[in-house]
Amino acid sequence: MDDLLSEFLTETSESLSTLDVELVKLEQNPNDPDILSNIFRLVHTIKGTCGFLGLPRLEAVAHAGENVLGKIRDGELVVTAEAVTLVLESIDTIKYLLGELEQNEAEPDGDDADLIARLNHFADTGTILGGAAPAAAPEPEPVEDEPLIVGESAVAVDSDALQAAFDATEVDPEFATSSEPEEQPAAPAAPPAAAKSQQVAPAKKPAAEQKAEPPRGEAKESSVAAQTIRVNVELLENLMTLVSELVLTRNQLLQMVRGKDDSEFTVPLQRLSHITTDLQEGVMKTRMQPIGNAWAKLPRIVRDLALEMNKKIDLQMIGADTELDRQVLELIKDPLTHMVRNSADHGLEDIPGRREAGKPETGTVTLNAYHEGGHIIIEISDDGRGLNLDRIKAKAIANGLATEGELEGMGEQQIQQFIFKPGFSTAEKVTSVSGRGVGMDVVRTNIEKIGGTVELKSVEGRGSTFIIKIPLTLAIVSALIVESGGERFAIPQISVLELVRASNNSEHSIERIHDTPVLRLRNRLLPLVTLKKILGLDTQDQTDESVDEEAFIVVAQVGTYSFGIIVDRVFDTEEIVVKPVAPILRDLSLFSGNTILGDGSVIMILDPNGIATRTGEITVGGSQGVEGKAKTDSSDRETTSMLVFRAGGSEVRAVPLALVARLEEIDVENIEHSNGRPLVQYRGKLMPLVFIDGSYQMKAEGRQPTLVFQDRERTMGLVVDEIVDIVDDVLNVELTADQDGLVGSAVIDGKATDLIDAGYYLELAFSDWFGTEDNGGEKKRVLLIDDSPFFRNLLTPMLSVAGFRVTAVETAEQAMELKNRGILFDAIISDIEMPGMNGFEFAEALQDDELWGEVPIIALSSHTSEEDFERGRQVGFSDYVAKFDRDALVSTLVQTLSNV
Amino acid sequence: MSDSNALVPSHERGGALDLGGDSQDFVTAYIGKQLFGIPVLTVQDVLGPQRITRIPLAPPEVAGSLNLRGRIVTAIDVRKRLGLRDKDDDDPGMSIVVDQGGELYSLMVDQVGEVLSVPKKAFEQNPATLDPRWREFSDGIFRLDKKLLVILDVTRLLDFTSSIKQAG
Repeated sequence: MDDLLSEFLTETSESLSTLDVELVKLEQNPNDPDILSNIFRLVHTIKGTCGFLGLPRLEAVAHAGENVLGKIRDGELVVTAEAVTLVLESIDTIKYLLGELEQNEAEPDGDDADLIARLNHFADTGTILGGAAPAAAPEPEPVEDEPLIVGESAVAVDSDALQAAFDATEVDPEFATSSEPEEQPAAPAAPPAAAKSQQVAPAKKPAAEQKAEPPRGEAKESSVAAQTIRVNVELLENLMTLVSELVLTRNQLLQMVRGKDDSEFTVPLQRLSHITTDLQEGVMKTRMQPIGNAWAKLPRIVRDLALEMNKKIDLQMIGADTELDRQVLELIKDPLTHMVRNSADHGLEDIPGRREAGKPETGTVTLNAYHEGGHIIIEISDDGRGLNLDRIKAKAIANGLATEGELEGMGEQQIQQFIFKPGFSTAEKVTSVSGRGVGMDVVRTNIEKIGGTVELKSVEGRGSTFIIKIPLTLAIVSALIVESGGERFAIPQISVLELVRASNNSEHSIERIHDTPVLRLRNRLLPLVTLKKILGLDTQDQTDESVDEEAFIVVAQVGTYSFGIIVDRVFDTEEIVVKPVAPILRDLSLFSGNTILGDGSVIMILDPNGIATRTGEITVGGSQGVEGKAKTDSSDRETTSMLVFRAGGSEVRAVPLALVARLEEIDVENIEHSNGRPLVQYRGKLMPLVFIDGSYQMKAEGRQPTLVFQDRERTMGLVVDEIVDIVDDVLNVELTADQDGLVGSAVIDGKATDLIDAGYYLELAFSDWFGTEDNGGEKKRVLLIDDSPFFRNLLTPMLSVAGFRVTAVETAEQAMELKNRGILFDAIISDIEMPGMNGFEFAEALQDDELWGEVPIIALSSHTSEEDFERGRQVGFSDYVAKFDRDALVSTLVQTLSNV
Repeated sequence: MSDSNALVPSHERGGALDLGGDSQDFVTAYIGKQLFGIPVLTVQDVLGPQRITRIPLAPPEVAGSLNLRGRIVTAIDVRKRLGLRDKDDDDPGMSIVVDQGGELYSLMVDQVGEVLSVPKKAFEQNPATLDPRWREFSDGIFRLDKKLLVILDVTRLLDFTSSIKQAG
C-alpha cells in the first residue's frame, strides 16, 4: 500500500476513536468549547487530508460533518442528541469508507448524498431531517411528475422535520409553532436537498444495503491501525539503553567464560548471546527509519529555489529507502537540507550561465544514500560550477585564515577545506537561502558530532560532491582497542583505514624527518603521531628508538586527511556503547567519550578528529599536498613533464616525458648491426637504435643512455649522451624548426632547450611506424584544433605519417571559418581548453550543423576523468583521448573513420 | 526560622547545610589527620579500592574513571584538589561517591569514617586565615569534642572551571 495512504489510515483511525469519545463527551457537556473545537479540528484534519490524497467521497462526508460542527462551534446550532447522532453517523460512514480504502486502496463506488443532505440540512436549518429523509424517499413520483407538488412536498418534509425537531429537541418553540413566514426561507433550501436525496435514493439503496450492515461493524477496528502502534520515542530510547547495557553485560560474561573450555555456562551463555544479539537488532530496527523521511522536504525547497533563482533544477534522490537510526536521521536532517540548498543555490549556475558553460540548461542535484560496511554513505553532488579556488583563497586571506604564502604551498584539496571554517561563505551575494556564512562549519560540526565524516570533491566548472559517512546507529559502535603507555583506548572503527605493523626488518619501517616520524605506505608518505606522546603518557626517558623497532600503526582518516597513530599493541575490535565523558573532562578534545569494556574496565574513546586537529590543523588535507599542487598548477597554467637530455653537443634537448616508455643504459658492446643499422637485443627482441642526427658519434665503450619509445610490439631506442633531468614546466614553444627532428625550442627550467620531434625519429626507425593501413586510396582529411603550437607541431607530422592529411588551426573560431568556407573533413580532433570558444562549446555548435554535424569529433585533453568522458559524449564528441596518448589517438582516429 | 539559622553562612552555597532541625548528618572521611564531612544526602556510595583507568591529559586532580555497576564514575583525588602532598604509604584508600548534576564522582580519601550527627550550634564559619584553596572548598567548620570537622562543598570541589580561572 502507498505509504502516504497507510499513514493516513493509521492516523485517521486514531483520530476517529478519539472522536467517538469526544462526541459522547460533548453530548453530556454540550457547552464545552474545548471539546467542540477539538472535535472540529479532528474532522477538519480528516477532510483536509482526504482532499490532499484525492478521496472525494470521504472528503464530501467529512466536509458536511465539519460544516455542522462549525455551526455548532460558532453557536449557530445547539448540540442535541440528534445532532450528535447525525455527526456520529457521518463518522461511521467515514469509518466504513476507510475500511473499504484499506481493503481495496480505493474508495467504494456510490456516494453519501443522503447523509450529506441531512447534514447540510441540519447545518442550514438546525433541524434534523433524520427520519424524514427515508420517509421522503418513497415519494419520488409526485416530485418528478408534478413539479407543483414539489414545493408542497418539500414543505411537508420540512414540517415533518420541524415536527420531529420540535418533539425531540425543544428547539425554539417559536420556530416550531410559527407557520408561513418561517417556512418561507426554509423552503428554498429544502427542495434541492430533498430532490437530491430522492434522485440518488434508488441508486443508492442496494449499494447501501450491501455495504451498510456488515462492513460497518467491522470497520471499527482498522487492521492497519492494529498492525502499528505509536510508541513514545523516549520509551524506545530507554529500551535501547537497556539493550546496550545488556550487550555489555553479555560481553562481560563471555569474557569470563572465555578460555574455560568445559564451563557449564558455555551453552546457556551462547543462547543468551544469540538472544541478546537478536534483541539488539530488533530494538535497533524499531528506531530505523528510511532516510527518505529526511528528504521529504527537499523537493519543495529545491523547487522554490529554482523559481526564485531562475534555474532549472532536477533533484534526483537515490536510495531513499536506506534505513538509519532515528536519532541519526534527526541529526543529519538539517545538515542535509543545508547542503542540498547550497548545491542548488551556489553550486548550480543559472540558465544563461549553464548555457555559456556548455552544459544542459537543467542542473542536477543528486542525493544518493547507501549502506557500506556498517555505515551509511550519503552523497550530495551537483553538476554545477564547482568550488572557485581563487575566491576561496581570497576569502581565506581576507578572514586571516591563511597567508598568501601558505596558500601557495597548499593543495587544491586543502584549499577547498576552508569552506568548512566558521564564517566562510564564498557566495558573492547573500540570498534568502544561503550565503550568510553560517554553513559548512556547522554542517561539519553536526556530522562529526555523531561520529561521521564529510569529504569534499570538487572540480571547478564541473561540480562538487560531498560525501557524508555516518554510523548506522549512535548507540553501539564497533571500535578497535589499542594499548599505549600501559593504558587501553578505543578508536572508532569508522575512522580506521588499516593497520600496519612496522619494524626495522619488514617492508614498512618508520623513518624520521628531524624527529618527526613518517611511514612510507604505498608510494605515499604518511605522517605519524605517537599516541603515547600526544597523550602525555611518555613518562619514560626517550626510548623512541626501541619503539621504532616494532610498532603498530593505526592508519586513520579524517575527512581527506589520513595519518598514522603509533600504538604499542592492538587488541581486537569490540562493540562498545559510547557514553559521554564527565562534564569536567569535556574540553579534552582527544576523546569523544568513554565506555565500559567486556571485562568491566572503563576505557576512553579516542577522537581521531581531535588527534588530527591536535597534531596541527594546517596539516589537514596535507597528505594531498603534492598531488594537489600539481593539479593546481595544471589548472592555472598547464605544465608538461619534460625529459631533458643531451645528445651530440652541449645544448640541452627535451622530449615530453609521456612519449618515453623507458630509460635504459645500453652497453656499447652489445650493439649489433643489421643491414647497416644499429640494433640491440632488448627484452627478447631486436630494438633499432637511432641517433639524434647523422653526425652523432657513440662512445667507443661503456654504457650509453637510451630513451626507449614503445608502440605496441615495437620498440625504438634513441641514443643520447646524458639524461639531465625531468622538469615540470610551462611549455612556451618558440617555433624555429625547419630542421628535421625538431619541433622548436622552448625555455625549460630557465634554459633554451630544443624540443625533439619524437615522430620524426620513430619514422626513422620504422618507416611504417604509424601503421598506415589505408595506404591505398585517398588520404583521410583531419582537422586539428589546438591552441598550443607545440601540440600542433607534434601531432601534425605524427598524423601525417600515420596517413592522414592534416589541417591544423589554432582556435575553434578559425575552425568555424573553415566550416563557413565549406571545407570538408573526415574527422576533427579538438583540444578542450582553449581561449575563446572551448572544445565543448565547439562540439555543441557543430552538433546540428548541416555541413559538419556528422563529422566525428575526437576530444583531446590533458584532463581525463570519467566526468570528462561523460560530458564530452554529451556534447557530441565521438571519443575522448588524453593528450600524449599518441597510440590511442591514432587508433581512435582509424577506428572512428572506419565506422563512418 | 530558628536561632541556629543565624550561624549558617549567608551565601547561597550553604544550601545543603540548611536542612532545618537542630542537627545535621555528615559522612566523615579522613585525609591525613584532618576530618572532613560531606552532607549525607549527597552521598551515593562508599567504595573500597577500585580499579581506576587513568585519563591522559585530564587535570591532575582527576585520578581517572571507574565502573560502578555499569555507570562510569569519575574519580577525583581530593588530596591533590586540596593541595596536599601525595600519601606516603601504599594504602589504597577509599572513595565516597557523590552525584553532581546527574553525573557520578568518586571522591578519593584516605579513609571513610562513620556518619556523624552534629548539632548546628557547633557550626563556625571558615576562619579568615584559612588557606584560600581550603576556604574555596569548605562550607564551614563544626566544632566536635576533640576534632574539627571541615565541611566539603562538593559543588565547588567539582567545579573545575573556576579553579582553572584561579590558577590562571
